[in-house]
Amino acid sequence: MLSPRKVLGVSLVFAVAHCAILFAGFFAPYSPIAQHREYAYAPPTRLHFVDARGLHIRPFIYRSIPTKGEGFQYRDDHNSEYPVHFLARTSDGIHFVAVDAPANLFLMGSDGYGRDIFSRVLFGGRVSLLAAAVATLLSLLTGVALGGAAGHFGGVIDVVIMRGSELVLALPWIYLLLAIRAALPLHLDPTRTLILLAAVIGVMGWARPARLIRGAVLSARERPFVTAARGFGASEWYLLRRHVLPQTFGIIATQAVILTPQFIAAEATLSFLGLGIGEPVPSWGNMLSAFQQFQTVSSYWWLASPLVALVGISLTYFVLADALHQAKAGISSGKSYA
Amino acid sequence: MRRFGTISGLITAVMFGVAGYASSAPPPEPIQRGEDLQISSAELGEYGGTLVVGQRAEPKTLNPVIATDAPSREVIGRMIGDLVHINRVTQQTEPALASSWKLSKDGRSFTVNLRRGIRFSDGRPFTADDVVFSIHLYLDEKVHSPNRDLLIIGGKPISVVKIDDHIVRFEMSQPYAAAERIFDSVAILPQHLLQKNYDQGSFTQAFTLNTAPDAIAGLGPFRLKQYLPGQRLVLERNPYYWKADRNNHRLPYLDEIAFLFVGNEDAQILRFQSGETTVISRFSPDSFSAMAREQQNRGYELLDLGPSLEYNFLFFNLNDLPTDKFPYISREQMWFRDLKFRQAVSLAVDRQSIVKLAYAGRGMPLWGNVTPGSKLWINRDLPHPERSIPQAKELLKSAGFSWDQNEKLFDTQHKPVEFTIITSSSNAQRVKMATLIADDLAQLGMSVHVVPLEFRAVVDRVFQSNDYEACVLGLGGGDADPNGDMNVWMSNGSTHLWNMHESKPATPWEAQLDTLLNQQLVTLDYKKRKRIYDEVQTIIANNLPFIFLASPNVLVGAMKQVANFHPASLEPYVLWNADELYLRQQGVAAVK
Repeated sequence: MLSPRKVLGVSLVFAVAHCAILFAGFFAPYSPIAQHREYAYAPPTRLHFVDARGLHIRPFIYRSIPTKGEGFQYRDDHNSEYPVHFLARTSDGIHFVAVDAPANLFLMGSDGYGRDIFSRVLFGGRVSLLAAAVATLLSLLTGVALGGAAGHFGGVIDVVIMRGSELVLALPWIYLLLAIRAALPLHLDPTRTLILLAAVIGVMGWARPARLIRGAVLSARERPFVTAARGFGASEWYLLRRHVLPQTFGIIATQAVILTPQFIAAEATLSFLGLGIGEPVPSWGNMLSAFQQFQTVSSYWWLASPLVALVGISLTYFVLADALHQAKAGISSGKSYA
Repeated sequence: MRRFGTISGLITAVMFGVAGYASSAPPPEPIQRGEDLQISSAELGEYGGTLVVGQRAEPKTLNPVIATDAPSREVIGRMIGDLVHINRVTQQTEPALASSWKLSKDGRSFTVNLRRGIRFSDGRPFTADDVVFSIHLYLDEKVHSPNRDLLIIGGKPISVVKIDDHIVRFEMSQPYAAAERIFDSVAILPQHLLQKNYDQGSFTQAFTLNTAPDAIAGLGPFRLKQYLPGQRLVLERNPYYWKADRNNHRLPYLDEIAFLFVGNEDAQILRFQSGETTVISRFSPDSFSAMAREQQNRGYELLDLGPSLEYNFLFFNLNDLPTDKFPYISREQMWFRDLKFRQAVSLAVDRQSIVKLAYAGRGMPLWGNVTPGSKLWINRDLPHPERSIPQAKELLKSAGFSWDQNEKLFDTQHKPVEFTIITSSSNAQRVKMATLIADDLAQLGMSVHVVPLEFRAVVDRVFQSNDYEACVLGLGGGDADPNGDMNVWMSNGSTHLWNMHESKPATPWEAQLDTLLNQQLVTLDYKKRKRIYDEVQTIIANNLPFIFLASPNVLVGAMKQVANFHPASLEPYVLWNADELYLRQQGVAAVK
């Protein structure tokens, strides 16, 4: 069982990460598609506080210069210090951090086109999280509607919906997604791709929540107060809305936090395979497709940054799901969580 | 101590387990009287050892006449002999099974003297009958040889007549400039093993991977020893091979060549780095950089041989499409057909960045269809216009294009200029090129999207359905001679990518290309032929059916014990002189 302090800490990380991703335009030093072709595969820029003149409160960086040699190599030019500006106004708006040209601030290094990975991780997070959030919403809505109907009405409706859910669970979804993608036109603009991705993932993900909701509805509808309400002449729709579905809110909330990281991974899988958002728009999945070349990743380890973001964010979701679950268990057993 | 024993035992077991081919190759046969051997001028070597090569895919057949895939050709190339061979380093022809040949004055007849007294790898003698039989095999339409077209000159197949047991004559319907080059890689096959199959109509089922090693014979330096599906194919020394070194020791030096099937480039590289394989080629420049950092510690040497014959290019769909088939493509073809539009695109493409980022600097920017790798044919006078966005904009403006206040480009009908480039997703370098081009063209106000597709899907769209707007592809490889590219540049060519199925030349310059290409085909004098081909290159560069991008360098590597290692920029890069390769003593011990 997690201590409240740890849960608070994780919640803070969760909030900060989402905030940074939501306001990527402010926190990212560069546009995610801006190429610095002279600085391909540049390693993460180091922030310095101390130089020959002593300690500085404002961090500074050394300008890195490409060196001759195998592959892409750089060295810091110790004669050129560039202070890091906070809340700096640049040609494309106000940024949280920035350095003056010609120096570059690559907090997580740059990719094969010289694009800032940190900026791409933030902007890519938008795509990945938004797709996952929409997909979660869609799958929960479908799940609640179908699971609720199956559990409440029973009979043929129940049989049809549940056999349908088993069919969906048994389907190798990746092949279905490949088939759907192949049937669509060659190029879709990023917004449409995003909607499509979310729809496809969400539609494929309704089965599991539907089964859980059905179970909860089955048990709720036999509760004495539901029977009593039915005895007073309440309609089926009123019973479902007023008494049965509210019993499933705990499950829905827990499912939401469990499904979101799963769908983040689903988006990453699709983009990894080139079926998601295409270049140059970043998503964690298409950024990770660099992993298809072992030699590249082994030479330039910072290309793995999106993986850290993906795992980190997913972990915060799982911890929160766990905390929610425990809080619910605590409440239902009469103990307060705190 | 005991523990050390266990570990060293394990290491030995692993070495034998992995290598697993403790050689039992037959010793070279003593040289017989009257055997007309070719004497190699290569450095003297020593017998023994196994050369291990990692192959990404398994060969599909061992039948040289019908093989199309690269892995099959790489293996088969070591098992066969041809009449005349192209030296991969000098790019010139040299005698092979033909000890000499003579072209008649009218350029239509070739008289070839065959080596006397030489034998196939099963010990049976080689005669003119085998040559006649083999050429018939290649030309038989029922056999469907992919090389058949090469033996058809001026629309008629060449004919071959046996003059005596060691002289054959080839007759052609018209003089042929590439002359004896056509015989390179045309395998001379054993009639005594294949006649029965051919008569029964089952030739295509002969020399498969399931055929017993003793039922396959050839005139190459090696012969089949063992094939283990999914694991490896091992070739052993042909003890009757027809080449010897300066000391009259029969080649090849190596006991065996083992091809390990490793699956993909990463596995190929890891196996090479761990010393499991002895030579490596066809790997990406990024891998080259990563491997180069460790070459001192790991005992191998990597070589960058300079530009290959491969040229990569962007092209637009200029097919004559029915307007209702793909209305949006038909509309966009108004831009694509405009030479100024293509020139503007070419001017905006940053080729230096492509070389730097897609090939890690190991390539050459290109402005024409012949790469610097083709030493004999490149037109060095072709202009190399510098990248210039202002000039490109000027051209677009003169063609009626305009920009809105957001710098977005619009055509004469005020439609935004937006299109998609397709490319093969399995080729990371081409995906990178397309992405860089999209970014370059954004500076002209074009909105360009890149869609990487599975290779077959790309080929299908370009060759069959014509459902694409623009595409990045690469061509080249084979021979440096201009004839290898005839199918690309002739208006009726099977690889006339930008406008397939042309019944007659679609433009005056394509008609001019046809004329010049047919002219060079029958011009025997190199200088005259070069002049014609220079003009071909100029016309192509001026009209830009392809926007040439870059050519990758040929990158190869070998363990330091491999001697006589002279990789070439023509395929097969490292194994072309497999008969002369040898392993230095210390290396032999390591491999065995």
